Amino acid sequence: MAYALQQLINGISLGMIYGLIAVGYTMVYGIIGMINFAHGDIFMIGAFVALISLVMLVSGGIMEGPAAILIVLLVSMCVTALYGWTVERIAYRPLRGSFRLAPLISAIGMSIVLQNYVQVAQGARVKPLEPVLPGGIEVLRADAFVVQFSYMQMLIIAVTLAVLAIFTWLVTRTPLGRAMRACEQDRRMASLLGIDTDRTISLTFVIGASLAAVAGAMYLLRYGVIDFYIGFLAGVKAFTAAVLGGIGSLPGAVLGGLLIGLIETFWSAYFSVQYKDVAAFSILAITLIFMPSGLLGRAEVEKV
Amino acid sequence: MSGGAAAAVAPAQRPAVAVPALKDALLTALVAFGLFVPIVGLRTDVGANGGLVLRQRWGDVAVLVGLAFAGRLLMLAWRAVRGDAKPATAARTALLRKAGTFVAPVLLALAVLLPFIPGTGRYELDLGILVLTYVMLGWGLNIVVGLAGLLDLGYVAFYAVGAYAYALLATIFGLSFWICLPLAGILAAFWGVLLGFPVLRLRGDYLAIVTLAFGEIIRVVLLNWVSLTGGPNGVTGIPRPTFFGLPFSMSGEPGTFAGFFGIEPSPVHRVIFLYYLILALALLTNWVSIRLRRQPLGRAWEALREDEIACRALGINITTTKLTAFALGAMFAGIAGSFFATRQGFISPESFTFIESAIILAIVVLGGMGSQIGIAIAALVMIGGFEVFRDLDEYRMLVFGGAMVLIMVARPRGLVGSRTPTVALGTRRAIGAEHVAEGRG
Repeated sequence: MAYALQQLINGISLGMIYGLIAVGYTMVYGIIGMINFAHGDIFMIGAFVALISLVMLVSGGIMEGPAAILIVLLVSMCVTALYGWTVERIAYRPLRGSFRLAPLISAIGMSIVLQNYVQVAQGARVKPLEPVLPGGIEVLRADAFVVQFSYMQMLIIAVTLAVLAIFTWLVTRTPLGRAMRACEQDRRMASLLGIDTDRTISLTFVIGASLAAVAGAMYLLRYGVIDFYIGFLAGVKAFTAAVLGGIGSLPGAVLGGLLIGLIETFWSAYFSVQYKDVAAFSILAITLIFMPSGLLGRAEVEKV
Repeated sequence: MSGGAAAAVAPAQRPAVAVPALKDALLTALVAFGLFVPIVGLRTDVGANGGLVLRQRWGDVAVLVGLAFAGRLLMLAWRAVRGDAKPATAARTALLRKAGTFVAPVLLALAVLLPFIPGTGRYELDLGILVLTYVMLGWGLNIVVGLAGLLDLGYVAFYAVGAYAYALLATIFGLSFWICLPLAGILAAFWGVLLGFPVLRLRGDYLAIVTLAFGEIIRVVLLNWVSLTGGPNGVTGIPRPTFFGLPFSMSGEPGTFAGFFGIEPSPVHRVIFLYYLILALALLTNWVSIRLRRQPLGRAWEALREDEIACRALGINITTTKLTAFALGAMFAGIAGSFFATRQGFISPESFTFIESAIILAIVVLGGMGSQIGIAIAALVMIGGFEVFRDLDEYRMLVFGGAMVLIMVARPRGLVGSRTPTVALGTRRAIGAEHVAEGRG
């Protein structure tokens, strides 16, 4: 029981990270109907920028603790958003309205570029980081097993909820959000009605990238070890989350993220750690085969 | 630096665009500055006491920002000089086609004669084998993606199935290469049907992602099923191929290749044999797909690619059409896989990562989906180019990915985008790239 509770806590904090990445996938898919293959690597860039700024702040002795984490988050969000914007500008915008496979290939190319760019610039070795926020509260003590709710996990959950609240406000209450939703429904009509669709799409990438940056920073702080390759697996799993929740649906992405995080954690805890990726991939396949519109998505109507 | 030279060129040609171009380039430089400062400018290294330390590299940042500025300026200048791009005309398409009829025989002759061209050493032959392997994989995947329009991102799984099938059959049961080759093809085709069956209803990107998942599942299973596959250590001691029973050995005994034909034993013999083997296998793939295209099955594939709903309405059996495409594509990957295993003598899951699938798909798309010659050229350019840039070491994949993006942006339809109908009433006319339907899968 206590063991399961611990896994629940771990699963939710992992799921929040997946959810944040999944939102980026689902937004881009909703608006331009492509899988942004490089999104996982944008997440990786976010983690690296967070690492660099954290090392600079802490080893420079400028500040530490929660204030440092806030600054790190902001820096990482800004720089990663710039990366998201650049990727869209270089690799996707010239291909808009072109042959449908072209952006997919160019996205795969961009993913290779980002991975190897970070490998060249930052080295291939894994980067270990000492815990920034150690400790936690004891939730439950059963026999020898202690259920820990660490401060880091609390921070992840709190930050994710806060970011998602801001994001929800942005999408539902602001002119930008309205433009985004309009583009999602019908891009041509939206542009006829005077919405700058190119700008809206760019901003979608910027927002998606900054959410991924938050996820990257959280991942770094929680696990303390990153390398240039973390983006691929995290990306595929987050995409699974987006599909599971129903692609195009923003609450669905977060829900899917939580589910994937929980399933992965419980699978590793009770079955086998080696096959945890197989679990995630199988869910992806099963969802798409039996429930292609996901949990909260709309069924696609095919018109002849 | 070179930015100044470009700035001098731009106003000379179009004075009106010089100032906005300069502004634009400055903005690009600013963005580049923002991008490169954290990742390039500050490198994290593991320090002496195990913690991370920062190393500053402002010189590199300055060079990169300067390059971005100059590059943007040059690009704008080039655009101003050239004007808008002209769409490909029918005449140009026809000209390209005419040129294409020459390119194919020349390339083929070159491929056949390569081992006898003076100056061809071991390295060139090995490179040729590598390129031909990718040509074969590209042609195999072309059946699935280019002809049937089913977007498959997990193609490397079938390559792995073929490689492991040969490796395990040969090392455990001692079966010879020539028995294993068709067996590996059949096994891979079986897996193609098995994985194809659940995804029959999926289309487009969804299909791509599920096939990616299947590919990764197979790789993770190969990695973790240690008792059968050896896990990350792979399978070693895979028997090398024999010339129809005559081994390539240096001893020169009558039972060996050199002894039987009474020639001087040389290690190059095996390489030449492998080269012709993969050339024959690749040409077999090519021949089968060209022949099938003219048959009802191939025509059903192409119809499926153009419009699935219309296909169904016309009474084409979608299930068998899709499954045969998956099975045949997988079969050729399996055969290529067992060739790979016998050439290497050692295989491990490392060789079958997602990046391989991406490279093969990129070859098919860059070649212009459905064009046999385009795929061969794309494989030559991509894999050959990759080898040419061997000296770049760690920058090689960076250049490779960048080239993928650039080629796609410059030629979204691939190198050979136009198509001629396989079957036509009256005269056959080439169809321009912009009218070619895409694989919706």
